[in-house]
Amino acid sequence: MMPTSTIKVKAVETNAIGDEQDVVHLVNLVRKQAGFTGMTLLNLTKLMTATSELARNMLNYAGGGSVTIELVSRGKQTGLRLTFIDQGPGIANLEQAMQDGYSTSMGLGLGLPGAKRLSSEFYIESIVGQGTTVAIIKWANG
Amino acid sequence: MAMERIPILKVGRFLLVTIQVDLYDRLALELEANIITAITNHHAKGIMIDISAVSIVDSFMGRILSNIATMARILDAETVVVGMQPAVAITLVELGLPLTGIYTALNVEKGMGLLRSKTVADNDADFDD
Repeated sequence: MMPTSTIKVKAVETNAIGDEQDVVHLVNLVRKQAGFTGMTLLNLTKLMTATSELARNMLNYAGGGSVTIELVSRGKQTGLRLTFIDQGPGIANLEQAMQDGYSTSMGLGLGLPGAKRLSSEFYIESIVGQGTTVAIIKWANG
Repeated sequence: MAMERIPILKVGRFLLVTIQVDLYDRLALELEANIITAITNHHAKGIMIDISAVSIVDSFMGRILSNIATMARILDAETVVVGMQPAVAITLVELGLPLTGIYTALNVEKGMGLLRSKTVADNDADFDD
């Protein structure tokens, strides 16, 4: 998992993603929670965009899953950690999936690498036949 | 929710579409279809899409905008996206999203000017215009 030893968690909220309306709802929740961290507009926009990419990915490839939103801090930094968990088919070749332009569906193949670039920290774990977990952190000023 | 619809306004030879809600699949597909119908019905030469109220453009939304521009071009109309927020523009670059075939302008006024210049040039080149 993502290194957790130095990270403090203040609040946790978990949401199920089952259709596109849930994605829209999730992005709005992230906007609300990020407000508590004093995140800059640019970082907020990046985080909301990464959230939308990852949640849509989860819908397209795994038919849905759950997303946990956590208000976190490390030292003086505060931010949000989002954990996307699905029980989908998993990703056979993670290295390939993290490359720009790679897509097994109709998408542009920007989902994973794009979300990684927009995040402060990015973690992915996938087991074929069991599912995929993606965790990202966006620091308010990072 | 079932009544949600994005209005398409006719302004001279152009169409003005202001997106003020979060797009999802069905709404986006309806918008594509409605714009194509409106181009045909009004013989529009340009479409201006105002996204100043849009807080994020992800790859889904980017694909919708590209699709609209591609379909419009097949029907001999140009597309200009106006009012993109600075944070959205920076995020798009980092995301790596190519807005293929789309013209952009800072605001509605500049977008209108751009569409005029694009379509006037086209008219001059048309023998049957």
